[in-house]
Amino acid sequence: MAASLFIVFLASAISPLLVYFLRTRASYFLALVPLSIFVLYLHYLQRLHDGSPLLETIHWIQSFGVHLQFRLDGLALLFLLLIAGIGTLIVLYAGSYLAGHPHLGRFYAILFLFMGAMLGLVASENLIALFVFWELTSLSSYLLVGFDYRKKEARAAALQALLVTFTGGQALLVAFLILASLTDSFSFTQILEKKIQIQQNPSYIILVLLVLTGAFTKSAQTPFHFWLPGAMAAPTPVSAYLHSATMVTAGVFLLARLTPLLGGTHLWAWSLTSFGLLTMLTGSILAIGQTDLKRLLAYTTVAALGTMTMLLGLGTPLAAKAAIAFLLVHSLYKGALFMVAGAVDHETHTRDVRDLGGLIRHMPITAIASGLAALAMCGVPPVLGFISKELIYEAKLEFGQIGWFFAILGVIANALVVAVALIVGIRPFLGFPLHTPKHPHEAPFPLWFGPLILALLGLLFGIVPPLVEQTIIKPAVVAVVGDTIKVKLSLWHGFTPMLVLSFVTLLLGFCFFRMREKFRLARETLTPLRYYGPESLYSCIINHWLPSIASLQTRILQHGYLRYYVLSIIAAAALAVAAGLSRISLPGTWFTWRSFEWWEVLLCAAIFLAGFAAILTSGRITSVVLLGIIGYTISLIFALYGAPDLALTQFLVETLTLILLVLVLYRLPKAKSLSSKASRLRDALLSLAFGFAITLLVLKSLYIPHDTKLPDFFVQNSPIAQGRNVVNVILVDFRALDTLGEITVLGISAVGVWAVLSFIRKKSSSASASQKNSSPASFEQ
Amino acid sequence: MENLLAITIGAIYAFSFYLLLRRSLVKVILGVLLFGQGVNLLIFTAAGLTPDRGAFLKEDGSLQPPYADPLPQALILTAIVIGFGVLAFTLAMMHRLHRETGTDDLDELRSDEFDDPDKPAP
Repeated sequence: MAASLFIVFLASAISPLLVYFLRTRASYFLALVPLSIFVLYLHYLQRLHDGSPLLETIHWIQSFGVHLQFRLDGLALLFLLLIAGIGTLIVLYAGSYLAGHPHLGRFYAILFLFMGAMLGLVASENLIALFVFWELTSLSSYLLVGFDYRKKEARAAALQALLVTFTGGQALLVAFLILASLTDSFSFTQILEKKIQIQQNPSYIILVLLVLTGAFTKSAQTPFHFWLPGAMAAPTPVSAYLHSATMVTAGVFLLARLTPLLGGTHLWAWSLTSFGLLTMLTGSILAIGQTDLKRLLAYTTVAALGTMTMLLGLGTPLAAKAAIAFLLVHSLYKGALFMVAGAVDHETHTRDVRDLGGLIRHMPITAIASGLAALAMCGVPPVLGFISKELIYEAKLEFGQIGWFFAILGVIANALVVAVALIVGIRPFLGFPLHTPKHPHEAPFPLWFGPLILALLGLLFGIVPPLVEQTIIKPAVVAVVGDTIKVKLSLWHGFTPMLVLSFVTLLLGFCFFRMREKFRLARETLTPLRYYGPESLYSCIINHWLPSIASLQTRILQHGYLRYYVLSIIAAAALAVAAGLSRISLPGTWFTWRSFEWWEVLLCAAIFLAGFAAILTSGRITSVVLLGIIGYTISLIFALYGAPDLALTQFLVETLTLILLVLVLYRLPKAKSLSSKASRLRDALLSLAFGFAITLLVLKSLYIPHDTKLPDFFVQNSPIAQGRNVVNVILVDFRALDTLGEITVLGISAVGVWAVLSFIRKKSSSASASQKNSSPASFEQ
Repeated sequence: MENLLAITIGAIYAFSFYLLLRRSLVKVILGVLLFGQGVNLLIFTAAGLTPDRGAFLKEDGSLQPPYADPLPQALILTAIVIGFGVLAFTLAMMHRLHRETGTDDLDELRSDEFDDPDKPAP
């Protein structure tokens, strides 16, 4: 698994180079990468017969328990095969679709990045790795939707998709962290063992809500469905690959992956079923009125994702089987239809279904692929789509009365989807040829090859269901349901309610197809309703709330007054210190005047008086001198209490500081009184409080017993360093690197001072030169 | 002496904080300088005072407790020197700033990008 990921990411890195040298032909070489992965995992299928997943571990961040662990079970393999298989066709397709595009290399780089992320996502065993891959798919989707970055709509759609899916990603991360804190593990297998413990924990509800947010945003479930049609701004290969067959099913994958862990409760079942049904209806109703090929397909993708979510919510083995079968069918026909839409767009330069007709004369092979895929979408026998639709109805009818309710909603939604299939997949190829911006010809080989293969596979699997039932679908269902079940697919079940429902669906769908003009009119009249939809909430947040919150917090936090920055930093620090100090108490007799020598009182008094005078005086030189008094007094204190080195250094540095201060401040004018009396008083009170807190800190720290381990170590080991002054030994031996850092700081500071001052010298010499010509003494103003 | 010094340190912090809250840049710089002094003295005092006892080994390489804790001393020594480097650089900047703008009032130097014109500075 790691090897295949490496190859895909390597392909991502070298594809721009390959495209640069080989132009469009590079696509044939690049297609070999997913093809080889596809073949590899076809082999893995045979190794899965006993049902237990294959695990593979590469240690990554060992101290946090984060590993690149891969879990190859039936579910992962189904997705791996879809990603690699459809990926192969898409790489070929894109080479022809974007032939001559100046950024084809960049396109392939992002596409392979996505492919790697998606492969890693579905095979991840470690939750953190899964999250990283999850976000990587969102990120690459962002780059691909915004591929045509000169278009404003593309950029907006890309941002919208990114923000919606990233919101879910954050929710997912929190969910994973909760899971890890409940089970002490990031490994899915180990977490699965503690299923009961998790489901009985009170945080289970939050956990489910967070996971659902993650999955629903990714899989465009209502109310997050709006980003998916917007993402159609991406080049068509991307729509066919990311936004129908693979990335959007990642949410469904996550739900399927977590069903053994979180499923089986009312909360899980009802939220998945109701949101799934809602999404199914929303998607199909919004689809029918559209006229753009890609938008028509995008909304039916929303409906299909809703159906899958609903089936996972039902939770029975039969429903899981229906979900997996439908996932496979949908990926095949939707990928094909998107590629057909791209081919039609490529050949006619329009995607408006009202302008298309009779294309079968010019594009017969594309028409065959499109027709077969549309039949699968309608669920007409003998295509695999028919079998999956029967399964869906059967799974619903297991539930008795409420099952019939679900089934009737399903019939309506499916009938709408049938109508869309006819509009997109069949209608443009029949009837009278209409005039299009470009005269159509049969699309080049890579453009019809992909959809034809996918459509034929749908037909083949329908006629010979054993090809997939035991090999692909059964292991995947086992991975979702958790125990072995019987999986048997067949075209003919006898005269059953499901058959009746399928028939009704087709009939109703054909009626809807005939009424399509009315639906379009209805859509136009109902367009103002968008104002109340979730998308307008999104744009309200992005365009109004976010900027106003941002400017509000900027005004509060970034106001530009240095003293309030200082104030908030110090107040926060002082409060933290005070909170920590409250646990230590002082003895009652901590202060008596008699315990001090007279010179000690004198030293402290000097500091007090000098400091007090320094803050009152307005003369700069005066305050510098007063500060000097404080510095020298401190130097004396050092000398008296056993720190001669400190005293000496402090004395020298104080002298240098004084000289420097006087040199610089001498030239400045006398300070004016700038602050008002009220603010002075406030500052004085704040300073007093702060000083008081610090005094408490020092006093209380004196009553904490000293740990003498470090000083003892330094004293005992100084002889090894051949020194008797322990402070010096620490500086030049034990902590020599710190001293090196200190010297570096001084060096940098010296260079900085030199740079700042020499610039002034140059500037003032040029300024004085110009002053001779113009008005003099402009500096003094 | 520790208790007296504790009060003194509190006073130094209070003075420096007051200076830091001023509008004049010069006073702010002096405040930073004083703040550094306070921190040094705080570390020194909190480690415990040992009158007339340094941290010097005898001829034979031994040293009987009590002796001064050498580690805080080493820290403070570094802090004093670095403090000087920072001050030198700050003063150079301040010099330059004054040459360019002719003022050391921080409110005048402030960018008014987010200002509410109706509200005067507090």
